[in-house]
Amino acid sequence: MVSVKNTALFAAVFGLILLTGFTSGWNSALLILNMGLISAIMAIGVNLQWGFAGLFNIGVMGFLALGGLAAVLVSEPVTPGAWSAGGFQVIAALLMGFATIALTIFVRGKTTGRVRTIVTPLLLIVGFFIYRAIFDPAVARIEAIDPAVSGNIGGLNLPILFAWPVGGVFAAAAAWVIGKTALGLRSDYLAIATLGISEIVIAVMKNEDWLARGVKNVIGIERPVPSEIELQESAQFVERAASLNIDPVTASTLYVKLSYSVLFVIVLLLIFLAAELALKSPWGRMMRAIRDNETAARAMGKDVTARHLQIFVLGSAICGVAGAMMVTLDGQLTPSSYQPLRFTFLIWVMVIVGGSGNNYGSVLGGFLIWFLWVQVEPYGAALMGFITDPMPDAWWIKERLLASVAHMRLLTMGLILLLVLRFFPRGLIPEK
Amino acid sequence: MSEPFLIGRDMTGGYGKGPDILHNCTIGVDKGEIAVIVGPNGAGKSTAMKAVFGMLDVRQGGVFLNGKDITKLSPQARVREGMGFVPQTSNIFTSMTVEENLEMGAFIRTDDIKDTMEQVYTLFPILRDKRNQAAGELSGGQRQQVAVGRALMTKPTVLMLDEPTAGVSPIVMDELFDRIIEVARTGISILMVEQNARQALEIADKGYVLVQGANAFTGTGKDLLADPEVRKSFLGG
Amino acid sequence: MDYLNAIVALTNFVLIPATAYGAQLALGALGVTLIYGILRFSNFAHGDTMAFGTMATIGATVVLQSWGVSFGPLPTALLALPFGIAATIGLVLLTDAGVYRFYRTQKAAPVIFVIVSMGVMFIMNGLVRILIGPDDRRFADGERFIISAREFKEMTGLREGLALKTTQGITIVVAVLVVAMLFYFLNRTRTGKSMRAYSDNEDLALLSGINPERVVMVTWMIVATLATIAGVLYGLDKSFKPFTYFQLLLPIFASAVVGGLGNPLGAIFGGFLIAYSEVLITYAWKKVLVYTLPDALEPTGLVQLLSTDYKFAVSFALLVIVLLFKPTGLFKGKSV
Repeated sequence: MVSVKNTALFAAVFGLILLTGFTSGWNSALLILNMGLISAIMAIGVNLQWGFAGLFNIGVMGFLALGGLAAVLVSEPVTPGAWSAGGFQVIAALLMGFATIALTIFVRGKTTGRVRTIVTPLLLIVGFFIYRAIFDPAVARIEAIDPAVSGNIGGLNLPILFAWPVGGVFAAAAAWVIGKTALGLRSDYLAIATLGISEIVIAVMKNEDWLARGVKNVIGIERPVPSEIELQESAQFVERAASLNIDPVTASTLYVKLSYSVLFVIVLLLIFLAAELALKSPWGRMMRAIRDNETAARAMGKDVTARHLQIFVLGSAICGVAGAMMVTLDGQLTPSSYQPLRFTFLIWVMVIVGGSGNNYGSVLGGFLIWFLWVQVEPYGAALMGFITDPMPDAWWIKERLLASVAHMRLLTMGLILLLVLRFFPRGLIPEK
Repeated sequence: MSEPFLIGRDMTGGYGKGPDILHNCTIGVDKGEIAVIVGPNGAGKSTAMKAVFGMLDVRQGGVFLNGKDITKLSPQARVREGMGFVPQTSNIFTSMTVEENLEMGAFIRTDDIKDTMEQVYTLFPILRDKRNQAAGELSGGQRQQVAVGRALMTKPTVLMLDEPTAGVSPIVMDELFDRIIEVARTGISILMVEQNARQALEIADKGYVLVQGANAFTGTGKDLLADPEVRKSFLGG
Repeated sequence: MDYLNAIVALTNFVLIPATAYGAQLALGALGVTLIYGILRFSNFAHGDTMAFGTMATIGATVVLQSWGVSFGPLPTALLALPFGIAATIGLVLLTDAGVYRFYRTQKAAPVIFVIVSMGVMFIMNGLVRILIGPDDRRFADGERFIISAREFKEMTGLREGLALKTTQGITIVVAVLVVAMLFYFLNRTRTGKSMRAYSDNEDLALLSGINPERVVMVTWMIVATLATIAGVLYGLDKSFKPFTYFQLLLPIFASAVVGGLGNPLGAIFGGFLIAYSEVLITYAWKKVLVYTLPDALEPTGLVQLLSTDYKFAVSFALLVIVLLFKPTGLFKGKSV
């Protein structure tokens, strides 16, 4: 049951977005709404892990980036000649790498004592050099293909919407590997491990040009909705716009953004419903029982680590889906734009402020915090403009204050997080 | 003196907001005496001692040290008033040397602690040999000596021990009891909780048998050992 | 084969930079490990505390320079360091009084402290960017080199040069001094011992009359000092950029965890282990191999195990390996 207070909170947030629509135009409002929808999905993913299972994942950025990578690998056209030049060889090298690790683990299981300490690094070192010997020339050949526009392996040329579930699968696969190694550890260690993984994912995406062009970025990713130009050229659309008394250019931008909104709302609803059903199922109750008293749950014969792995993979998969959606919305993949403050810690602020353990809270937090993140800057600029107005021009303090506006949002987010933790420790919509 | 040096009188109370564990329980010890609290498992022996030390809410009754009402004082403040406490577990700083443990015991003192440390080393000679070793590396009995030594460093007037012989061998237990008698001879009152009721009562000037958080039998150690009912119920015949 | 030149090249490109970097990481990790030992949480704001301290020091340096004060061949920032430390101590003590103390009295779970430290991280990060801006900044002045590569070549007649930057020399000297002072403090002074006692057994420390608030205050002051020194040394040696300092969190945490969280000796060991591994694995070995191998085996590629962009992967891999096989770290840390 959603209480009056919660309805009011949601109404207030959407009121803020509407207000933006009236004051700064509907394009800005829809922009906030669309990213808010994606943020809400991210928050649900993190909430699943933290709110329901108490897992401290601060590698959200990595899972989002993997989702973004999926968008490129699924929807981009195949680079002509890339597969024959080295694509298969790269795959072979990667398989060889995995085989080395698998063999090492296998051999470790069969040997003991000194043999083990000698054989393990030996296998890894030899395997690594063989891997590099296969991998490097293939990569060089792929990256040599028309580097100004491609130089990467390309994608499967499938519709972009396929990328969303694939993004989830990518993130889930990474989460499974991390979970297998790190979930048995203490919460701080899981946190540091996930932080590390996310940095590595970004490093791979920045440097492996053959994969998705690295810092050269992939732009012009296929869109699931018609483009503005197409709409403006369609006589039917122009006529419709005219009948609504909107000029065709504005109408086309609004139409495109609204189309995205519809797609995102569908995904959000699906994920939200699934998360709610999961939470209310016996599985969800067990999760919370484990979170509240792990020792007791273990004593009752629950396989805590396996349950944690499940929810860790699921939560990360949701983040992966959101990451793919985000790249779809942007139409480009820019690995250098992934910054932990924005893509990991901000999501955490959403979950904590919204109310951990409550999916409604996560959705609310996603919208509210995203709104503030976007709007703090103009509000801050207005405030600083007001404060510095009486100061003489070109005075260094004035310039400093005006320049500081750009960084105001970090400070504000920290302040909001601390205030909520202090005065509403269970968030705006607490767990029932 | 009409009343013992340290007395927890008619104490009723429990942990935090929980139910009462103690019911009108009275525990006292006189100067230089050894008082022992015994009783079956779950009788509230440790709880009674912790109540005297201020580690739980005493809702009725009070605790008096040398006639002064200390019921409202925190455990830390009671240490300053001259009470020493040796917890049952985690009673030493395992990563620090024996000597550092003793120094930390004397943390509240601002005067010279050399003499007191010398007394502790005289009482427990083995600690002098191991004074630069990490306390966590010592054997169980030696660790208990460190724990008692640490508490003695404040020059307390009352020393409270929570099951000092838990988990040590019978020989070590006898030796620890001998040391405790020596400590008492220096004029320090000893209040201790013990599982090994018979051996403890043998050295006790005063014994308290608790049952379900209330005084069941009180008397001198000898009397209690001789009391057929106490023998039957608590000392195994 | 020319072993002498190989050794010089190895020293110049690996040993010296890795030692300086290791010292910087060790000082950072000491701060993290002290907070963990005393306040019992992983402080995510530590990188930003370092950034704040460095920023304050840069501010004081600029003021000193404008007065015409200089430190001769040494960087002026060393003279400004006390001001930076004082400002950082002020900031962390304010933060503790305004933020952490509340949760301490509540006896909040460690994970709550971690989340709170995330909030503090945001604020400090924003504060630094507002005050000094997000850009890269160099603030080392004075002599650039103790020995420059050219001088070394002229002196020895070797083909390989060996350069020792002033900042590297300072890093090593200062780190040794600071660590010596810290260990003297922890092992020889009453306050230092009371900190160790509190870290070891909080309840017993209370029973012994150790005042926890005082221990916490002293800890924050030491941590602020270490963080500022670590940050300034790193900034002198490389450059100051708020985002880089935030990213240092990962190798610093890795150092502290690998060494055993809560164990100061472990933090120092961890710092050097991580630094050496990063540099060794991302170094292009071609030069050294050319000198040591017979001509027939001369390598064609750079012989670089991993590109420098993957240095995070090195810290991370070490971290995971240690956690899997020795969860309390190589030196015995606390496992709360």
